[in-house]
Amino acid sequence: MPRGPMMQRGMQAMPKIRKGTVTRLMKYVFEGYKAYWIIVALCIAASSISGVIANTYLQELIDDCIIPGVQNGMDSVAKDLLKILVTMGSIYVVGVIASFVYTRLGAIITQGTLKRFRVDMFHKMESLPIKYFDTHAHGDIMSTYTNDTDALRQMIGQSLPQTFQSLISMIAIFVMMIYYSLWMTLFVIIVICVMFYIVKVVGGGSAKYMMSQQRSLATAEGYIEEMVNGQKVVKVFNHEEEGKAKFVELNNKLFDDSSKANRYGNILMPILNNIGNIMYVLLAVFGGLLLLYKAMNVGLQGVNVISIGVIVYFLSIARQMAMMIGQTSMQVNMVAMGLAGAGRIFELLDEEPEADNGYVMLVNAVKNPDGTLTESAERTGQWAWKHYHKATDTTTYVELKGNIEMFEVDFGYTPDKIVLHDVSINAKAGEKIAFVGATGAGKTTITNLINRFYDIQDGKIRYDGINVNKIKKADLRRSLGMVLQDVNLFTGTVADNIRYGKLDATQEELEAAAKLAGAHDFITRLPDGYNTMLTNNGSELSQGQRQLISIARAALEDPPVMILDEATSSIDTRTEAIVQRGMDNLMKGRTVFVIAHRLSTVRNSDMILVLDHGRIIERGTHEELLAMKGTYYKLYTGAFELE
Amino acid sequence: MVIKTIGKSVREYKLPSILTPAFIVVEVVMETVIPMIMAILIDNFDKGMEPILKYGLILVAMAVVSLVSGILGGKYAAIASTGLAKNLRQDMYFALQEYAFREIDDFSASSLVTRMTTDVTNVQNAYQMIIRGAIRTPLMLIFAFAMSFSINWKIALIFLAVVPVLGTALALIIVKVLPFFRKIFKRYDALNNSVQENVRGIRVVKAFVREDYEKEKFGTAVERVRSDFTYAEKILALNNPIMMLAIYAVIMIVASYGSTLIIDTKETELTTGQLSALIGYATQIMSSMMMLSMIMVMITMSIESGKRITEVLTRQPSLVSPENGVKEVANGDISFRDVNFRYSEKAERNALEDINLEIKSGMTVGIIGGTGSSKSTLIQLIPRLYDVSEGELLVGGRNVKEYDLAALRDAVSVVLQKNVLFAGTIKENLRWGNKYATDEEIERVCKLAQAHEFIEEMPDKYDTFIEQGGTNVSGGQKQRLCIARALLKKPKILILDDSTSAVDTKTDALIRKAMRDEIPDTTKIIIAQRVISVEDADLILVMSGGRIVDRGTHEELMKTSDIYREVYETQSGGKEEEENA
Repeated sequence: MPRGPMMQRGMQAMPKIRKGTVTRLMKYVFEGYKAYWIIVALCIAASSISGVIANTYLQELIDDCIIPGVQNGMDSVAKDLLKILVTMGSIYVVGVIASFVYTRLGAIITQGTLKRFRVDMFHKMESLPIKYFDTHAHGDIMSTYTNDTDALRQMIGQSLPQTFQSLISMIAIFVMMIYYSLWMTLFVIIVICVMFYIVKVVGGGSAKYMMSQQRSLATAEGYIEEMVNGQKVVKVFNHEEEGKAKFVELNNKLFDDSSKANRYGNILMPILNNIGNIMYVLLAVFGGLLLLYKAMNVGLQGVNVISIGVIVYFLSIARQMAMMIGQTSMQVNMVAMGLAGAGRIFELLDEEPEADNGYVMLVNAVKNPDGTLTESAERTGQWAWKHYHKATDTTTYVELKGNIEMFEVDFGYTPDKIVLHDVSINAKAGEKIAFVGATGAGKTTITNLINRFYDIQDGKIRYDGINVNKIKKADLRRSLGMVLQDVNLFTGTVADNIRYGKLDATQEELEAAAKLAGAHDFITRLPDGYNTMLTNNGSELSQGQRQLISIARAALEDPPVMILDEATSSIDTRTEAIVQRGMDNLMKGRTVFVIAHRLSTVRNSDMILVLDHGRIIERGTHEELLAMKGTYYKLYTGAFELE
Repeated sequence: MVIKTIGKSVREYKLPSILTPAFIVVEVVMETVIPMIMAILIDNFDKGMEPILKYGLILVAMAVVSLVSGILGGKYAAIASTGLAKNLRQDMYFALQEYAFREIDDFSASSLVTRMTTDVTNVQNAYQMIIRGAIRTPLMLIFAFAMSFSINWKIALIFLAVVPVLGTALALIIVKVLPFFRKIFKRYDALNNSVQENVRGIRVVKAFVREDYEKEKFGTAVERVRSDFTYAEKILALNNPIMMLAIYAVIMIVASYGSTLIIDTKETELTTGQLSALIGYATQIMSSMMMLSMIMVMITMSIESGKRITEVLTRQPSLVSPENGVKEVANGDISFRDVNFRYSEKAERNALEDINLEIKSGMTVGIIGGTGSSKSTLIQLIPRLYDVSEGELLVGGRNVKEYDLAALRDAVSVVLQKNVLFAGTIKENLRWGNKYATDEEIERVCKLAQAHEFIEEMPDKYDTFIEQGGTNVSGGQKQRLCIARALLKKPKILILDDSTSAVDTKTDALIRKAMRDEIPDTTKIIIAQRVISVEDADLILVMSGGRIVDRGTHEELMKTSDIYREVYETQSGGKEEEENA
């Protein structure tokens, strides 16, 4: 039973379907449920054929029992009557059972298949590089999980079985037709072609208006969203009337398009039904003519003069056929939409996952008296890079310290547009490096390279002397902490969110991290303390509190290198002081890369890098840079905005 | 209540709403009559071409009538339902325009958007289903019953006996399945929510190497949806076999009873042709029941949407403009007298308490205080965005409730903390302040707000297109554009609610200087986090917990106010260091 967006569908624009989607989808759908599918197919066939056969018995009942019975009395036919009724009943029982089985199994298959799709999509998504998320609208990715999966559900759960059922019945009817009369079958085929043509024309018109309906719907909804979100501003500026005028215009356009689109959807059935009726008449006339001229009838049953019985039978099955076509044509749109959805899902599944050729691993180690390191299976607090050298077949252990070195790095999000030029940085363990510069100067881009969210075009980045390309991505990222400007929290308790930094952390470790971040105080004041549920990206908390949790999260992870993006959002002075203190605590004793927005942060850095258009234009300590009286000096004295 | 409120929005689409069922009646009549004519045609098949042609022509004529009424019915159904949707959207949008801030707060923007989009579409679909199906289905039932009774009342009684049984079975399925589906939709939302969190927070997931953890979490959620959904669909899947069972059972009873009757009475009470007809009607009755149950489901599900729409339409705005309100605000005097304010009647605590304040026209007033000290609440009372709960508030010497709302708000210009730019050019955005502003005026206020310079550097200058939500300008630029927009109103009172937080201190100072020099007669109220932004104000208010705890000039407060001094010292700590450097 669909709701919401699924309900709205009905008839929709005929979407484009990628090549090969059908076979691939079939393979996917059958996999894992092969036995079930066979049973379902058999049951569908049994259920529809039982209906057809039972009807012939009904005819037999009249011809063989009732008519002679009326003439010869009940006793003469009582036995036959009972026999036919029992047979009919049994066939019906088979039909009902078959229908029970296939609808039930259908539910299991549909939901099971959807689960597989969802899990596969999610697993694939988690493996994709950041680039994918940066270059695809989040709404589009979401739509694969919602709209496309729903369309698929509709198709697998309803349209496919129904189409299959109609198809079987139609084939059966067609065989019967050819069996009785070739001429009349040909006639029916011609009429059916006309019907298909009309479905195409009406469907085509419908598709056109569906498209414009979707477009005006998107425009109107966009406008509603913008205006409703800015409603307070509208009130403050007395802008209600102007807003209404524009709204009415968009709303009327939407009405125009959607009433036309709906109209096409509504009239298809009556058109097909009545073509069926007219076909019936034409067939009757044609049959009458054949009868009149005693035309020779050709059919699988042989060649003979056409009889009334054949024509009457033909008329009834032709009508059935027309109804089947009507039903099937209603499913065609659903199938098309399901296929289009499947196409987009496969597109996601076909994305290249993030490549990782790294082999250097992060392991726990024990430091020997002579300064060398030995790998340890337990958590020692001491970490080392385990580096296997293929050439010499030896393994070396390098202590994890947090030295980061960038050497003549060039980078562009696309190869033809380089945004970072010749960047060299040498950060010793425990040093604090600040990036300063205007929006778009490349500060965030540099931090994206260190943890290999993006891979560089040219140059080298080394972590403790090891090329980061050789380090397994997961281990590299484990050794790097990150606090982003936009805080992202997950649905779950406060404790769950902090524990994100270290899944097996004890309550003590958790609270220690929260204390270090300065978050402990406010968390204990929450209604359920650490067990307070957060939903919707932590909307229950203030901006400052959310930042404190993200700091605590990074503190719990406790990596030797931190990447920080200071927030610019306006939070009140007291909270800001707490956040600042938390950040300062987090930075202690680590190598830190900070995208700085606060002058105090910048001032305390060991090295300040001033970026402009992807190049480092000035570097040095606060005092050195002030003395240069260059860009930094201007920034610092407030002539520029610090973004 | 729900139906009545929504019914009001049908308006000009009443005629299509009535025509639809009217045409459908014709269609149903034809659908019932056509098979009868067909039966007659077949009965007369052995009598040559003449009856074939005669009944054929009648049939074609009827098919044409049926076709035309079907097409018209479909057309009017489309117009009526999409028209209702249009009116509902419009009524909601218009109702929303009458809302005061309180109602906007209560509903929240995202819920209003859902109500105007998804909920309206649900009602539209249900309405179309009702005007098309609500007539057709009962009519089919009645026709089929009437025909059955006219043929043989005893057999018709059998139908009548089966109907409640089938009805109960279908209703039971609905009753059992509906609440379950509501639960599933919540689970389903949670599932989508978790995808969304991962898409949005992918950097966090990757930075903490939590891909496997997320996969596991997602896997649990998916499995939950699967098992619940499977369970519900299995129940729903019973519909089909139950329907078949009902139809087949009736056919069996009719066939056995009917054939015995025919034979025993030698076709006097029932003929074979009538037997076939009865079987046809039995099928029609049972499938109409099925349709009816589907319509019921649709209606039940859309009732929820209807309720949400009705809430928006029937909500009375908490404050309205008085009739014949005063259109002219004399000057920028503001006076709070014993003002208390609560956001809702039920609130335990006043958001503002015991506010007494006199501000003279042309003064510059600074307000500072921590989060939750109700600074924004205080200033939102001045343009009557909320009404005071107790006490009175005077602007230009009159109670704000005496003014025409539009006039008051034109005189009191607020730059809200959460300020918004709209999709459109810079000029179009600025003209929100004054539709008829000339280019010179626009340039003048932009210079005042220190926005002219960066606008001139943009590719299309004042015609540069601002994306929805103002995403293509920086925070500081956005704030300055919002100030310019407010200035264009030429207000008597200008209120800046933390409107320069993203602007650098130097520009901030320039804006304040420009306002002091260029619009000296305008009362200026500035809420700020930075003491430096209010330092030179004529009066500074220090707020805490909804009260004005200290007031005075910078010098006075440095002596008398502990809070003020503390804030000042934390903020200027860096500054002194800088001077030493």
